[in-house]
Amino acid sequence: MEKRFMKGNEAIAEAAVMAGCRYFYGYPITPQNEIPEYFSWRLPEVGGIFIQAESEIGAINMCYGTSGSGARVMTSSSGPGLSLKAEGISYMAGANLPVVIVNIMRAGPGLGSIQPSQSDYLQATKGGGHGDYNCLVYAPTGVQSAVDLVQLAFDKADEYRMPAIILGDGVIGQMMEPVVIQEKKPIKVDKSWATVGWKDKNRPRAVINSLSLVPSELEEWNLNLQAKYKKIKESEVLYETYNMEDSDILVVAYGSTSRTIRSAIDENELKGHKIGLFTPISLWPYPEKELKEATKGKKCVLVVEMSAGQMLQDVKLAVGDTAPVHFYGRMGGIIPTAEEIFAQILKLGEVL
Amino acid sequence: MSETLVFKRPDMLRNVGFHYCPGCTHGIIHRLIAECIEELGLSDKTIGVAPVGCSVLAYDYFNCDMQEAAHGRAPAVATGIKRVHEDACVFTYQGDGDLASIGTAEIIHAAARSENISVFFVNNAIYGMTGGQMAPTTLVGQKATTSPHGRNQKYAGMPIRMSEVMAAIEGAYYIERVMVVDVKSINNAKKAIKKSLQYQMEGKGFSMVEILSTCPTGWGMTPLDAVEWLKKDMVDYYPLGLIKEGN
Amino acid sequence: MNIKMIFAGYGGQGALLSGQLISYAAMLEDKHVTWFPSYGPEMRGGAASCSVIISDKRIGSPIIQSADAVIALNQPSFDKFEPFVKPEGVLIYNTSMTDSGLKESRSDVKYLGLPISDMANELGNLRVANMIALGCLNELLKCAKTESIIEALKVRLGEKRADLIELNKVAIEKGGNAAK
Repeated sequence: MEKRFMKGNEAIAEAAVMAGCRYFYGYPITPQNEIPEYFSWRLPEVGGIFIQAESEIGAINMCYGTSGSGARVMTSSSGPGLSLKAEGISYMAGANLPVVIVNIMRAGPGLGSIQPSQSDYLQATKGGGHGDYNCLVYAPTGVQSAVDLVQLAFDKADEYRMPAIILGDGVIGQMMEPVVIQEKKPIKVDKSWATVGWKDKNRPRAVINSLSLVPSELEEWNLNLQAKYKKIKESEVLYETYNMEDSDILVVAYGSTSRTIRSAIDENELKGHKIGLFTPISLWPYPEKELKEATKGKKCVLVVEMSAGQMLQDVKLAVGDTAPVHFYGRMGGIIPTAEEIFAQILKLGEVL
Repeated sequence: MSETLVFKRPDMLRNVGFHYCPGCTHGIIHRLIAECIEELGLSDKTIGVAPVGCSVLAYDYFNCDMQEAAHGRAPAVATGIKRVHEDACVFTYQGDGDLASIGTAEIIHAAARSENISVFFVNNAIYGMTGGQMAPTTLVGQKATTSPHGRNQKYAGMPIRMSEVMAAIEGAYYIERVMVVDVKSINNAKKAIKKSLQYQMEGKGFSMVEILSTCPTGWGMTPLDAVEWLKKDMVDYYPLGLIKEGN
Repeated sequence: MNIKMIFAGYGGQGALLSGQLISYAAMLEDKHVTWFPSYGPEMRGGAASCSVIISDKRIGSPIIQSADAVIALNQPSFDKFEPFVKPEGVLIYNTSMTDSGLKESRSDVKYLGLPISDMANELGNLRVANMIALGCLNELLKCAKTESIIEALKVRLGEKRADLIELNKVAIEKGGNAAK
């Protein structure tokens, strides 16, 4: 297959097109602008539709209409825009609508800055909008990984009829790497629930909705959502490990940060300490059992994030008392260097 | 003795009871839209979008494929539908809180893009569903639960005339304001609704019919007093008639 | 092979493009490559930059703290990235665009000051300054074959601007000769 040299953002857009996505609605925000820019010329080439919406709210609600009409659709943004989309994401989760949403994270809170960050972890994995819902959340570690996960996300969103979030960051979005993007035929799913005009009277009238004014019926609706989430937790966990054998310190990091850990491991002699790396790829569902298993026999766990410690909460829940959990994080758009992480690891090594 | 059926429920309305209050004109407006869709032969190619507000359950009443939108977002949802199903008849049904307050960005930009959809905007100058709060269309002096002494222009500003606002947008093709208080005005309203749907099927682009509606419960009036207040006070501020046709 | 480079200059000087070209050339030779740009307001401060890593092995972080080589096409880039050069690393800078009183402050760095913009003007096109710098760097670090860079250029320029390839080739050679 032909190798191309592409920016993460552009590769994400092309991967979507090659996965059969023909609708994209978005609003400009750095550092993800290459995604809507790419779609704006690419989609018309393949008979698709690109709309620069009036706002992120407009964009996600256009996604609602298009998804409810049975078509594959994507939107993308960065933190502040995701806050605006939260309403629509909750409605789509409630109405069982598939959509792929990309968040190229920048530093917050508020307007923050446009530099890379991982501080939207909790927003993506624990809700962000109102109600008991979850989204599939995938965290790419590079450009090829972003491509593969975007294509997977479309299939999984369709399969489970729910929103899937690609949680990248400014590094993943802006960096260029060699990448292969293949056409991926959408999985076959029944979309007879979609509004297309009620010609076929053999199917029930299609109604896309999350309103249910009878409490017992709404509870039933919620129980169905929860049953779906339970099934996903059992079967859709993704993660990677590196250098696990005989390691005594386990570092847990996702996205671009996991690559920095890889550099720290590859480039340093760690004075008798061997370092393993556990990289969750699906952040929801979180690889809880797998992480706990990986920490067995380790002297300690170090979580590294570009945040104040958001994934840390999930790691602590997963690891329990199997091993002590330490944390190192940078904020404000600062990318921790391999050298400073190496120093953290050495410090832990001295204590052990 | 033989019976002749002279009046029946349009097939485009489902056989379920409306939840609307006595004297409210939502029911008439639903019926007019249903009749027009049927008469134009669009029943099996119509996709409607229900709003948040009194007509939140509209998806349960219209006998076609429907989507329920978040508050104010119906024009964006309709955009998402129409771009997939270009040949479908797509309409939104929105109240004044939905369209003239929380959803102003969505309605204005749907018109700016000249989305080829029909918007039915029901203006009853109050938030009905939530219990009678002041709306962006509440008249000066009109009492509401959040303007207990009547809307004060100094604090709350003046009500918005949405049809006039929308007519200023280049992409809007057809804008008309009607009411549904007597046979004549109901017939006029039906003509406007039908025209809007026809223009959509001809691909003319965005159209909106504003329908002045009563809310006896929210206004604290009898249905008849409500009709009189609408004809006098509301029409005085919101003049009826064609506001824009063609672009 | 594991080479880390930083390319920097004013926006429009082509620092980011030359970084992309050497990356693409290395990709054609089946190397692992990452390219990461500075972005946002940082770009407008006079030191638009990109970090390029070329390696035989899978690359971890694309961010560079310690570079084998830095190309600084102007004074702000020299000031900003001089500390990033690793001991025994190279700093190629453009004396046409740096202050006359510039001080090479580190004793553990190989400095190579060349009048890169003037050299480009000698070729009749100021815009190939970045290619002169790239030729110079590639002569010293041997990141990729010149043919691969030319291949990368062909892809980048497309058929419409194919006539510029010869000029760029000459610029790369001129830079390479200056480094010898």
